[in-house]
Amino acid sequence: MDRIPILRMGEFLLVTIQVDMHDRLALTLQDDLTSRISETSARGVLIDISSLETVDSFIGRMLGNIASMSRVMDAETVVVGMQPEVAITLVELGLSLPGVRTALNVERGMDLLRNSRRHGMEGRR
Amino acid sequence: MSLIAEVIRKHEAELTSDWIKEMASSTRRSDLLKETELKSQTTQFVRALGAATESGSTEDIAGTNFSAVREILTETSRSRAAMGFTPSETATFVFSFKRPFVSRLQKEAKDPQSLWSETWKFNELLDKLGLYTMEVFQKSREELISRQQQDMLELSTPVVRLWEGVLALPLIGTLDSARTQVVMESLLKKIVETNSQVAIIDITGVPTVDTLVAQHLIKTVTAARLMGADCIISGIRPQIAQTIVHLGVNLSDITTKSSMADAFLVALQRGGYSFVKKTELA
Repeated sequence: MDRIPILRMGEFLLVTIQVDMHDRLALTLQDDLTSRISETSARGVLIDISSLETVDSFIGRMLGNIASMSRVMDAETVVVGMQPEVAITLVELGLSLPGVRTALNVERGMDLLRNSRRHGMEGRR
Repeated sequence: MSLIAEVIRKHEAELTSDWIKEMASSTRRSDLLKETELKSQTTQFVRALGAATESGSTEDIAGTNFSAVREILTETSRSRAAMGFTPSETATFVFSFKRPFVSRLQKEAKDPQSLWSETWKFNELLDKLGLYTMEVFQKSREELISRQQQDMLELSTPVVRLWEGVLALPLIGTLDSARTQVVMESLLKKIVETNSQVAIIDITGVPTVDTLVAQHLIKTVTAARLMGADCIISGIRPQIAQTIVHLGVNLSDITTKSSMADAFLVALQRGGYSFVKKTELA
């Protein structure tokens, strides 16, 4: 498997990482995701990393980068389901992922996206 | 065969009984140790010492010929440490063997020269064995202490569920790196287990907050945030507020409350709950 599937759910994109991330996979994901956002003009991206058990500084930075890129393209990113070990590792590496929104699970993440979308639309009106 | 080994071989039974008598006058703790047990320990020791001195030099007690002696001493020392003997009582178990032995040696020695040299050799040997006993004694106490430390570490970091989606972590005692690691891990695990969105870290029981402790707290909060849970730090006493500001620690990204009650209210409000007194409803 050399690609991580990106699923479309209404105006949101859903990325579930089910395999061990390696550097090339992360770069491919970054390319795929940015092009999918522009194709579908998605308003939000949800990245589920609940099966991810190990991270290094590169993958940690990639997560941050992907989130920043999506935000520039007007799609909010929520990272959900981070394992305790992964969270501890990221903090020890000094990667606190500022600006990335997080949630405990996919359900909560979707709520967060919907809510912020609603608030965003109210603000625009 | 050295003179020491010869004396032990010849007078094994008398040595044992003399020794027990000697101990009765110095350190016999009949309240802690039964007569029969003491007898078996002394008999074993004398026999093993005889075998050890017979088969090799008396210089090195770490040698293979002394392995049986070491085993007996280890066993004796450990059991005494557990029974509540004092260190000196335990050490005297070995040292009290000197007098009965030397008095036997005196009778067996042919000339003053050999008596002197053998006595000296024996003295050195028993000193080493005594020190060895003490070492084992100390080690078994230290094991006990470190086990209790571990217990305390785990006991002192309970994660309590206050409400659906609200966890509380009352911290008591000084926070060091090892403890923060345990705290962080148990909190994050509990967040996953209970699916909680808010965690309240209460530091009322933490005596001092220095830059290191603050750093640890910030790390814990950041890790919880990465998993999608918000943290509130409560129980910040006036002195601690002052030190935090004087140290220049930046806690502005973290919600802080002075009391656990305030923090709990905020947590409930974030969860969508609101509270009204019954009298106000009427």
